[in-house]
Amino acid sequence: MPWLSTLMAVPVLGAVGVSLVKSDRLAKQVALAVSLAVLALTLLMTLQFDPSLGASKETRFQFAEVYEWIPRFGVHYGVGVDGIALVLIALSAVLVPIVILASWHDADGSGAEAPPKRSVKTYFALLLVLEAMMIGVFAATDVFLFYVFFEAMLIPMYFMIGSYGGVQRSYAAVKFLLYSLFGGLLMLVAVIALYVIGDKGTFMFPELVGVIQDPTTQKWLFLGFFIAFAVKAPLWPFHTWLPDAAAQAPAGAAVLLVGVLDKVGTYGMLRFCLELFPEASKFFTPLVIVLAVVGIVYGAIVAIGQTDMKRLIAYTSISHFGFIALGVFAMTTDAGAGATLYMVNHGFSTGALFLIAGFLIYRRGSGRIADYGGVQKVAPLMAGTFLIAGLSGLSLPGLSSFVSEFMVLIGTYERHPVPAIIATSGVVLAAVYILWMYQRTMTGPTAESVKALPDLNLREKWVVGPLVAAIIALGFFPSPALDVINPAVDHALSNVHINPPAVAEKKGAGQ
Amino acid sequence: MNGTINAPSIEYAQLFPVLVVFAAAIAGVLVEAFAPRHLRKSIHVPLTLLTLAGAFIATVVTALGGLPATPVAMGAIAVDGPSLFIWGVILFLAFISTLLINDDEQFVAQAAAVPGSADEEDAVRSGFAQTEVYPLLLFAVGGMLLFPAANDLLMMFVALEVMSLPLYLLCGLARRRRLLSQEASVKYFLLGAFSSAFFLYGMALLYGYAGSVDLKAIGQALATVSNQETLLLVGMGMIGVGLLFKIGAAPFQAWKPDVYQGAPTAVTALMASTVLVAAFGAVLRVFWVALGNLDWDWRPVMWGVAILTMIAGAILAITQTDIKRMLAYSSIAHTGFLLTGVVATGAAEQNSKALSALLFYLAAYGFTTIGAFAVVTMVRDAGGEAGHLSRWAGLGKRAPLLAGVFAFFLLAFAGIPLTSGFFGKYAVFTAAVGGGALPLVVVGAVSSAIAAFFYVRVIVLMFFNEPAADGPSIAAPTTATSAVVALAAAVTVVLGVFPQPVLTLADQAASVLFIR
Repeated sequence: MPWLSTLMAVPVLGAVGVSLVKSDRLAKQVALAVSLAVLALTLLMTLQFDPSLGASKETRFQFAEVYEWIPRFGVHYGVGVDGIALVLIALSAVLVPIVILASWHDADGSGAEAPPKRSVKTYFALLLVLEAMMIGVFAATDVFLFYVFFEAMLIPMYFMIGSYGGVQRSYAAVKFLLYSLFGGLLMLVAVIALYVIGDKGTFMFPELVGVIQDPTTQKWLFLGFFIAFAVKAPLWPFHTWLPDAAAQAPAGAAVLLVGVLDKVGTYGMLRFCLELFPEASKFFTPLVIVLAVVGIVYGAIVAIGQTDMKRLIAYTSISHFGFIALGVFAMTTDAGAGATLYMVNHGFSTGALFLIAGFLIYRRGSGRIADYGGVQKVAPLMAGTFLIAGLSGLSLPGLSSFVSEFMVLIGTYERHPVPAIIATSGVVLAAVYILWMYQRTMTGPTAESVKALPDLNLREKWVVGPLVAAIIALGFFPSPALDVINPAVDHALSNVHINPPAVAEKKGAGQ
Repeated sequence: MNGTINAPSIEYAQLFPVLVVFAAAIAGVLVEAFAPRHLRKSIHVPLTLLTLAGAFIATVVTALGGLPATPVAMGAIAVDGPSLFIWGVILFLAFISTLLINDDEQFVAQAAAVPGSADEEDAVRSGFAQTEVYPLLLFAVGGMLLFPAANDLLMMFVALEVMSLPLYLLCGLARRRRLLSQEASVKYFLLGAFSSAFFLYGMALLYGYAGSVDLKAIGQALATVSNQETLLLVGMGMIGVGLLFKIGAAPFQAWKPDVYQGAPTAVTALMASTVLVAAFGAVLRVFWVALGNLDWDWRPVMWGVAILTMIAGAILAITQTDIKRMLAYSSIAHTGFLLTGVVATGAAEQNSKALSALLFYLAAYGFTTIGAFAVVTMVRDAGGEAGHLSRWAGLGKRAPLLAGVFAFFLLAFAGIPLTSGFFGKYAVFTAAVGGGALPLVVVGAVSSAIAAFFYVRVIVLMFFNEPAADGPSIAAPTTATSAVVALAAAVTVVLGVFPQPVLTLADQAASVLFIR
């Protein structure tokens, strides 16, 4: 069965269906049903995934489909997943139904001080199109196809921010699009050069590994790819678009933007930068690590100073993306697997934070922290789940982010002790920004304006419940995910020719 | 001197598309002279459409019969692969432009009437129409067919004039904002005449250098003639100025925004698509065939021109407030992107790749451009088309479908994947990298990013801004206009998703390059 093509086709057809049905209510229901169907298919596919095949070059990408698309350019419709891609596709498939459920009233203008009513059907159709593209971008095994999804997925997100976002939405949407396009066009030049200089006549990723041998060429091409990914992820100093975009986007879109779209950047670093340009990756490692560590500390400090909840969460993400990039470029299995797991965990915990903040904003009509206070007395469930998500964000042991952050730090320390130590300060700062935000919004005397704030309703419980469950489950039992991730990361790192000798034993000891 | 003159041999079959277009143009003049006023339009429209369709079919038939290996008409015209591809594109684009031109709202009732005078009111009231538009269009198209196929400079100059003179007139025939239109027409005429003079003088100098105006002979003379470098280089420079003016490359781009804005939008659509295609064909023929061995001399200049054109187009477009002027600057930027392919010369294989990429780009760009201008004709207010960008605010609410299609065209101009514009740009950039012009491609990527800004700004206006209270209405489109928009959108999608068939066609057309 062509699993991956099906996974992409279902949401696209669903989007067509959503835009054809008559009533808004039916459109939402169709969208939810379609996204649940995608989730079910993803789970079925995951069950058939065999992590042990990841070690061999031939069977590395499973569920592979390759068809010629544009022979003139050597472009294929080539899809397939290894462990890294699989967990990110699973993340997308889990988040989309949750986001659809959470966005039930985002487009119909019913919230307090919400933007005027917009086309509900368009919003959900865009969501489903975006889902197809998110799956496609992770599944692509053809560099060109990856690029196509990488760029094309900007468009639905652009319209979701620009049409359905907050007061400054059009500024934020344009900034988001232009930053990403600029990075993308640099990558396009590198993609073209990879094809011309590589001279293999194909864009299939496995065949392109190792074709660029010249160190100088590698460095230039690396920069073309890396800058695009660093804008996307985003790493400091390419991050300034993210707080605007995430704060102005409707909460659901913000979750997909920060939770999934930005992961394409870190995923791209791991998959394309490291494997296609190993020598250049090693050459630029000090630079990337400096950027990552600066991002970790800078993002955390700026987050502390934010007065808007969504902006605060966006800045925490910049800090977390620093951790992920650090893990990728530490080039040890622990750090690489930790970074990959972090991509998933961050999607869940930040997703929960954004969505609960979105529920608050929907009720109160303001994102300013100062407008809240003492919410836990009137809406204990909301406050409690917000705290759990926040604690996961600050890497409390027992919650999911802890495992991944710990692995990243351990793995980095093996090779780069000083950056790892500095990065650890990010954990401390995380406690400050999360707990202080919690203190200001949820504890203390109940603010006048939130006295009548209703707690989570049934729909919202269904939104938050699975996320909290995932956070706790991955905090206690990360091993199923790690079993899938590890062989893939090993393989990805094997091209960098740095053998991590100590790691193999430790992994055995850890289990 | 024995007094006998041998009649020149003319290969009528291969030249059929050109001949039929000219014949129909002359027939159109006769219709103007003899048919009663009320019948003229109903004769012109089918005549024009059938002619263009027939010429297109003849082109296809010629192409199917195999590519000719030698120039025809005593070596004056080269009906080779690139010519046939360009002919096909021009005829197709001219056909759909004719559908746009077939709109009474576009053209002045009586061009000779002074704007705002009683004469004009009389003309409007009595339902006059300037039906000379159709024969003028056919003459221009005939010139466009000859221009890229001309194999000697003299023929090229004649074709240039046959193409340009009707266009100068057509530009001045807008029904609304007539003064602007007439100003555009005069500007275009004066600057065009000036550039023609450059071309002519350059041709004379090259003739002095090579002793022939034949492109092949000039190419051969490069190897044999010595001590005449001044003639050669100055001649090349002047011919270059004439040609670069026609494609609107910086620093000869100044006419484009004025003319595009002033001309009736249907004529703008025709110029922005077909003239660009034809002129690029001529540029390639002159610089690759006649001056191909001189590439070390012209390439650095062309690099500069390409960079200047891309940057100037992209940056100046940002400050525009009129939709047609913005599209004009966008066209300048695209000219710059195309020029990156012109400098990508090398071995024969590289040349054929670059040529094929350029052909594909021209076709893809032409369709999207006509579609975009067709949408512009439909957004109207009391004073005619609502040109000012602020009038487009909130169009996405009033006419979601139209605004959506226009947004799609803009994304295609910006080169977003899954549109034809992306593959066009991709093909040309790939050829340029293969030709060693990587820095040029980097500039191209950066100016694409700059250009994206103003395309996106229009999308923001249409979709994210509230409509103005007295905003423009959407004219109920004629069937023909809707068909044009739908066709352009369909081509933009299909070439963006399955470009391979057209790429193959372009490859075949470019496989043996230009015949000499």
